[in-house]
Amino acid sequence: MTTWLPICPWTALAPAYGVPALLAAEPVAVFRTHDDELYAVGNVDPFCGAGVMSRGIVGDRGGEPTVASPMLKQVFSLRTGECLDDPAARLPTFQVRRHDEMVEIAVP
Amino acid sequence: MTRTLVVIGHGMVGHRLVEDLRARDEADAWRVEILAEESRPAYDRVALSSYLDGKSAEALGLAGPGFLDDPMVRLRLDCGAASIDRVSRTVTATDGTELSYDALVLATGSRPFVPPVPGHDLDGCHVYRTLDDLDGIREAAVEGAPGVVIGGGLLGLEAANALRLLGMRPHVVEMAPRLMPLQVDGGGGRVLAGLVGELGLALHCGTATDSIVAGPDGRVAEVRLGDGNTVETNLVVFSAGVRPRDELAEPAGLARADRGGVLVDDRCRTSDERIWAVGECAAVEGRCYGLVAPGYGMAEVVVRQLLDLGGEAFPGADMSTKLKLLGVDVAAFGDAHGATEGALEVVYANNAAGTYAKLVLSDDARLLLGGVLVGDASAYATLRPLVGRELPAPPERLLLPAGTGLGAGALPADAIVCSCNNVSKEDITGAITGAALSDVAGVKACTKAGTSCGSCVPMLKTLLGECGVAASHALCEHFGQSRSELFEIIRVTGIATFSELIGRHGRGLGCDLCKPVVASILASLGRGHILDGEQAGLQDTNDRFLANMQRNGTYSVVPRVPGGEITPDKLIVLGEVARDFELYTKITGGQRIDLFGARVEQLPLIWRRLVDAGFESGHAYGKALRTVKSCVGTDWCRYGVQDSVAMAIRLELRYRGLRAPHKLKSGVSGCARECAEARSKDFGVIATERGWNLYVGGNGGFTPRHAELLAADLDDDGLIRLIDRFLMFYVRTADRLQRTAAWIESLDGGLEHVRDVVVEDSLGIAAELETAMEQHVDGYADEWAGVLADPAKLSRFVSFVNAPDAPDPTISFVAERGQPRPGPVTLPMPSIRAARPDSEEVPA
Ligand SMILES: Cc1cc2nc3c(=O)[nH]c(=O)nc-3n(C[C@H](O)[C@H](O)[C@H](O)COP(=O)(O)OP(=O)(O)OC[C@H]3O[C@@H](n4cnc5c(N)ncnc54)[C@H](O)[C@@H]3O)c2cc1C
Ligand code: SF4
Ligand code: FES
Repeated sequence: MTTWLPICPWTALAPAYGVPALLAAEPVAVFRTHDDELYAVGNVDPFCGAGVMSRGIVGDRGGEPTVASPMLKQVFSLRTGECLDDPAARLPTFQVRRHDEMVEIAVP
Repeated sequence: MTRTLVVIGHGMVGHRLVEDLRARDEADAWRVEILAEESRPAYDRVALSSYLDGKSAEALGLAGPGFLDDPMVRLRLDCGAASIDRVSRTVTATDGTELSYDALVLATGSRPFVPPVPGHDLDGCHVYRTLDDLDGIREAAVEGAPGVVIGGGLLGLEAANALRLLGMRPHVVEMAPRLMPLQVDGGGGRVLAGLVGELGLALHCGTATDSIVAGPDGRVAEVRLGDGNTVETNLVVFSAGVRPRDELAEPAGLARADRGGVLVDDRCRTSDERIWAVGECAAVEGRCYGLVAPGYGMAEVVVRQLLDLGGEAFPGADMSTKLKLLGVDVAAFGDAHGATEGALEVVYANNAAGTYAKLVLSDDARLLLGGVLVGDASAYATLRPLVGRELPAPPERLLLPAGTGLGAGALPADAIVCSCNNVSKEDITGAITGAALSDVAGVKACTKAGTSCGSCVPMLKTLLGECGVAASHALCEHFGQSRSELFEIIRVTGIATFSELIGRHGRGLGCDLCKPVVASILASLGRGHILDGEQAGLQDTNDRFLANMQRNGTYSVVPRVPGGEITPDKLIVLGEVARDFELYTKITGGQRIDLFGARVEQLPLIWRRLVDAGFESGHAYGKALRTVKSCVGTDWCRYGVQDSVAMAIRLELRYRGLRAPHKLKSGVSGCARECAEARSKDFGVIATERGWNLYVGGNGGFTPRHAELLAADLDDDGLIRLIDRFLMFYVRTADRLQRTAAWIESLDGGLEHVRDVVVEDSLGIAAELETAMEQHVDGYADEWAGVLADPAKLSRFVSFVNAPDAPDPTISFVAERGQPRPGPVTLPMPSIRAARPDSEEVPA
C-alpha cells in the first residue's frame, strides 16, 4: 500500500516551476511543467552536494522534460533523474500526484 | 607497484610531459617528483612578452588546480637539481634533498647565450627568458630613454617590442646584414626592416657589439658598436641565441652532442636507459630544437615509453615560425631558404603595401617546400600544412592577399593545421561534426588545437565555417535567433511573456539558456517585476531569489551603496544585520559590503531590516549594473579636478536596475591619477581639467582589457547622454553573456563603429536609445521592496514548502578567522530517515 504525503496546495506550484519539500529527512524537489505534469526528484545536486535542484530552470532537451542545476548548470531528466550531461550522475525520483487540489508524494 | 619518476625542470615541456603522463596513467603506475628551479610553476614562455603588455603571471600559468592538487605529483619550486648519481639512481637537489628515481627525465630547457663582449656582466645587462628576467627589465626601464637589444632574430625583435611597450626607444644590433637571418631571406629582410623601422625601432645591421661601457656609477652607460657608432643607454638586453642546459649531463657521465645538448636517440633516451631528455635541452640524434612543438612531441614519445604504450620514434619537427610584432607579420615555414636541390622560388613583393611573399617549390614546381611571408602572414595558416604536398592551385593564387586566395577546403584531410599540438585538419573537422562543436573555444577544448601559439586559430574558424556551424547565431535548441534578434522581436511586437514568444517564434519548452535571456530582455524593456507570474520561472536562481547563490546553496546579500558613499548609521545597520543573522562579511572590490551565508528563508527577514533602514537592492545577483566605483574627488583629494563622488552616485542611481547581456561595472576617477581604476570597467569616467573623458569596453573577464577612449572633455550632461546611448546600444545588440569588451570586438569596425553610432549618430538611432534609457530610469523601482510588499512572492522564500522553517540539512558552517564559512557538504544518500533533523548540522 502506498502512503501519500501531502506537500502543498496545487495552486502553490506555478507552471514550469519547482519547490523544495521535505520527505522524512529527505529533501525533494517537486516540479510542475507547462502542461501540468508533476515530477519529483532529489533536491540535492549530486555534483556539489547543495540542496538546490528545486531552484533550477525547467525546460526540455529534445522534448525530454528537464531541470538544470542552478549551481553548475548540468541538466537532468525530470522523468528518470538521469543527468543528460554526465550519465554517471543521477537524481533519485519519487512518485508524485495531484489529489484533491493537493500535491502529494508517495512515501516508499 | 608504484614507481617514481623524477622530472628536472618545470618548463613548458616538462609540464606537458607530466600532464600527459597523468592523463594517461589511469592505474597510477607512476608517482612524479618535479624539481623546478624557478619560483613559479610552469608558464607559457612562448607568450612571455604579453606579460609586459598587461597579462598577469597567473594568466600565463600552465598548471591548473587539478594538476597542482594531484596527490601523485609533487612539485618543488625554487629547488633545482644539483647532481645525478646514476649508480644509486638518485638526484640531489640544491636544498640537499635526495630523490630516488626509477626513471628520470631532464627537461632543463636552455639558457640565453650572452656573447663575451667586454662589459656583458655589468649592472643593467639583462637576458630575456623568464618572468623574473622580465620583472628585472620592467624595473630597469626608463620611459623615453633608449634601450639596446643585442640580436635581431625572432626573440630579439620580441624583446625590442617589449622595450617599446615599456615606453623605451629600442635599438637592435644584429651581426648579420638583415633581421631574422635564420628565417627570412634578403628580400623579406628588406621589407621587414622597412616595417620595423616605421615602428620606431633603430636598426644596426651588419655590425657587432664591440663593448659595453660603464658609467661612473658602475652601471651600463653606453654600447659601442663595431661600425664606430655608440648608443647611450642604461639597459641592454641580450638575445643572441640560446644554449641547451646540459650541465647536469657531463658530471653524471651522460653523453652530450658535439654542439651541446644532452644526446638522446630518436626515442629521447640518453646513454642511460633509465634517463630521458626532452625539450630544448635535448639533442635528438644530435639536433637541438628551439621551439615548443618539437618538445611536446618528445614529451609524448617518452610518456608512451613510460606507460608501455608502444613507442613511435620522435618524427623530427616542423620549424615553422610566425611572429607578430605589433601589426608586422613575419612567418617562415618549411625550407624557407630553398636549400633543397633544384628548388624554385616564386616571389611576390609589393613595396607599396609593405608585403613580401615567397614560395619555395620542388624542381618540377609541383610540391610546396616552404616559404617566407612578411607584412601579411594571413596565408600562413593555409600554406604551412601544405608543405611537402602538391600545390592545390597555381602558386600565384596562393600568394594573393588574404581572402582572395585559398580556403581551408584546399587542405588535404591529414594536413597538420595546428603544429604546436600536432592536430590535423581531419582531427578538427571530425571533432566539430562528431561532438557538435559550435565555436573555437569548443574546438580548443576538444582537440587542443589553437591552445599554444594561437597562429592556427583563424584556420579553426574557417574549418568551423566549412563544417557549416560558424554561421549559426541560434541561442539554443529552442530559438534559431540570436539574442539581439530576440530583443528586436520582443521590442517591436510588445510580447510580454516567454510562452507567447516561444509559441510564436521558437519551439519546445525552453531551457536554462534561453529563459534567462528572455527574462533579461523583458526586464530591460521594463515589462513588469522580474518575479511577476510566469517570469519567476525564467530567472536564474540569483534573480529568482534576488541574491547571489553561493557554493553551499546559501545566498549573499549586497545592498546598493551608490558610489561607495555610506553613512555611519547605515554601516551600523549592516553590521547589526550581519551579526544577528551570523553572516560572513566582506568588502568587495567594487566598494560594497557583501553579507554571505543567508538561507533562502532568511532573505526576506534580512531585506525587511535593510529596506527599513533605507537600503535597496544592489543587483549583485543580476546581469545588470553592479557598481560605480569612485575615488575621493575634489571634496577631499588635493589632486581632484572634478567631483568624482557626485558623478559616480549620479551614474549609479541612473543606471541601477538596468538589465544587460552581462553584468556591468563602472568607475569614476577625479583626475588622471585614476584611483578608481575606471579604465578597468565596462564604462569608465576620468576627470580632466575641461570635463570628463569617457572610456568603454574595459574589464573583459578572462581576458582583461583596458577601456578605450570614446570621447573626451565632455560636460556632465554630454557625458550622460553618451553613456545612455552606449549602454542601450549594448543592451540591444550584444550576445548572451557577452561583455562590453567582447561585444565591441565583435562589431564590424570595433570601437570606431561604436563611436560612429554613439557619438556621431550614424544610424540615426541616438534619440531612440536615449528615450529607451529615459524610460528605464523613470520605471525603476526597488526589486526587494516589490517582493516584501507582495505575499505571493514572499511565499516562495521557504526552505521547504511543506516545512517552511525546517533548516536545509545540506547547509552547515564552520568558523574561520572569527567568521562563518561553508562547512563540508556530505551528500545525503537517497534514503529515508525516521525523524526530521532538528539540529542545523549536516548528518554525518
Ligand atoms: C620570449 C620567448 C619567446 C618564445 N617564442 C616562441 C614561439 O613563438 N614559438 C615556439 O615554439 N617557441 C618559442 N619560444 C621557445 C619556447 O619557450 C621553448 O622552446 C620552450 O619553453 C622549451 O620548453 P622546455 O621545457 O624545454 O624549456 P623551458 O620552458 O625553458 O623550461 C626549462 C625549465 O627548467 C628549469 N631548470 C633548468 N635547469 C634546472 C635544474 N638543474 N633543476 C631544476 N630546474 C631546472 C628552468 O629554470 C626552466 O624553468 C620562446 C621562448 C622565449 C624565451
Ligand atoms: S583619481 Fe585623482 S582625484 Fe581621485 S583620489 Fe586619485 S588623485 Fe584624488
Ligand atoms: S599552431 Fe600553435 S596553437 Fe596551433
